[in-house]
Amino acid sequence: MSNSTLPTILTAQPAETGKPAAGTPAAAPLPPPAGRTTRDWSRLVKLDWLLLPAVGLAAVVVMWFILSATLSKDLPNPTRTWESSKPYVVEPFSYRGELDQGILRFTWLSLVLVAKGYVIALALGTPLGFLLGLSKMMTKMLDPIIQILRPVSPLAWLPLGMVLFLGAGKQASELAALFTIAICAMWPTVLNTAVGVRAIPQDYLNVAKVLKLSRWKTLTKVMIPATLPYMFTGFRLSLGIAWLVIVAAEMLTGRPGIGGFLWQQYNALVYEQIILCILTIGIVGFILDRLMSVVERRFKTA
Amino acid sequence: MAFLEISHVSKGYGPPEQRAEVLADLNLAIEEGEFVAIVGYSGAGKTTLMSLLAGLVAPDCGTVKLAGREMQGPGPDRGLVFQNYSLLPWLTVFENVKLAVDQVFADRPEAERIAHTEKFIGMVNLTRARDQRPAELSGGMRQRVSVARTLAMRPKVLLLDEPLSALDALTRATLQDEIARIWQESRTTVVLVTNDPDEAILLADRVVPLTRGPNATLAPGIPIPLARPRDRRLINENPEFKQLRNQVVESLLSAGVKPKTTLTRDLILPDIEPEDISKPWSYFNRRGPLRKGEKREESVEVAP
Ligand SMILES: Nc1ncnc2c1ncn2[C@@H]1O[C@H](COP(=O)(O)OP(=O)(O)O)[C@@H](O)[C@H]1O
Ligand SMILES: [Mg+2]
Repeated sequence: MSNSTLPTILTAQPAETGKPAAGTPAAAPLPPPAGRTTRDWSRLVKLDWLLLPAVGLAAVVVMWFILSATLSKDLPNPTRTWESSKPYVVEPFSYRGELDQGILRFTWLSLVLVAKGYVIALALGTPLGFLLGLSKMMTKMLDPIIQILRPVSPLAWLPLGMVLFLGAGKQASELAALFTIAICAMWPTVLNTAVGVRAIPQDYLNVAKVLKLSRWKTLTKVMIPATLPYMFTGFRLSLGIAWLVIVAAEMLTGRPGIGGFLWQQYNALVYEQIILCILTIGIVGFILDRLMSVVERRFKTA
Repeated sequence: MAFLEISHVSKGYGPPEQRAEVLADLNLAIEEGEFVAIVGYSGAGKTTLMSLLAGLVAPDCGTVKLAGREMQGPGPDRGLVFQNYSLLPWLTVFENVKLAVDQVFADRPEAERIAHTEKFIGMVNLTRARDQRPAELSGGMRQRVSVARTLAMRPKVLLLDEPLSALDALTRATLQDEIARIWQESRTTVVLVTNDPDEAILLADRVVPLTRGPNATLAPGIPIPLARPRDRRLINENPEFKQLRNQVVESLLSAGVKPKTTLTRDLILPDIEPEDISKPWSYFNRRGPLRKGEKREESVEVAP
């Protein structure tokens, strides 16, 4: 593909750049059309990111209408979904009972649980990543285990967590959920931190050696700052996974939250709210990812 | 007894099977307060030699002694200015220098360390860039930070590894003058590595050529008796300077054995025919003996 485009680019460029260079008299009639095309282009670009997503959205909604009217009669159509979800969206923080709350109130409960599990994931994953990055022996010893544990689904971890915390009584379901979130979300942090530690330039380590920095100072003044950009990439990916896991964890444990609400409404045959939950989960996940990538970019440039 | 002494030092890299010998049988004695310049081809092993002097790598055989004591690992008494600056990009100019000062003068009060740091930033004319990060500085400014960081440690020996090679000619000239000035003021022992004979002659008391690698070794040193301070504009017309430069270049070109390439090829006896090298080799069209036992080998040395 690149083979066929390359010659056209090469031949097109001299022809375009040749015109203005030909001399001022020849170039004089040119500006008006050039100005118009750039203005057209900039207007098009604006429409690009406003209009095109709107078109895409409209297409999906239409498809949804058609689908609910033809193939899948049980699927609520968009208007019904909106009418049924309205009380949850219009009063997002209302509390009508443990399992009947506003959508943002549920989201908040889920976020708190995710935050706890995520903190555990980072607290375990970062040191583990450093260990793997620093020691070849540790890498050889632990890498196979990590590669095997990494693809295991949260649905598989949760029952194990329930068993682990069987003795905890009322707290068991929360602890099991935290365990699942932590163990699923920690791998990107572990692996990215390890890669980052291995990628520390030898020059920086030589500086530490020449200055005779102590081990602790080498770690805090040189190694951690040098690894931060990689660590934050790991943190961002981990947060994505933690949010992904929350739904599964709440479904199986029956805890109140966005995932628990989804599952409960499914069991209560209120299908409209399933779609509301999916949209909310998607939007919250998107916002979290954006926030983290802002932080990440700050560390990349620093 | 010289201040800094290398005797019979060799250094190679890699595992025994595919070992690359870099430096072979190096001998050099440097007096206290002397300014020695080592001139060599790129890839000859100049950085390796500096790492040996700094203690970052250990020699395979031979000894490196500082003030009569054999070296054990790196330390702030040998200040190395790295070829690629090696500033920590997340620290400002001030913080980069302060990190070294804090480490070396840990027993002094904080106010004194700050003053010390600022003094050395001022010495390389960077007071205005004090709070900038390395990414915001030009190459010449970064190199000056690196020099300031090293000087601030008050090393007994200052090791400069091609400090100016990456810079443009004008910045280079300015920094050469700055290095000369700093040396005149402090009179520490300096080992400067460079690939520019003019720079070496302009700055040093003695120029030691490093021959071409592999197995590079140090040629006899050439003393530079030119009076100081040396003016770069006048020095270019100085006949003594021209003669010294010829001597250095001559030494670099002639020193050591020139590398020879040996070609070994198969010959077929008894009828040796000239080989048609332009004919591409293929599985069906092999160049080789028709019968076993007719094969002979011939080695030809080709000048590079
Ligand atoms: N850490 C290393 N491992 C293996 N080979 C190395 C290493 N450092 C340098 N070398 C090799 O040693 C030779 C000399 O390198 P160097 O000392 O950097 O040369 P110079 O500084 O004179 O350009 C080069 O051929 C290089 O490939
Ligand atoms: Mg080098």
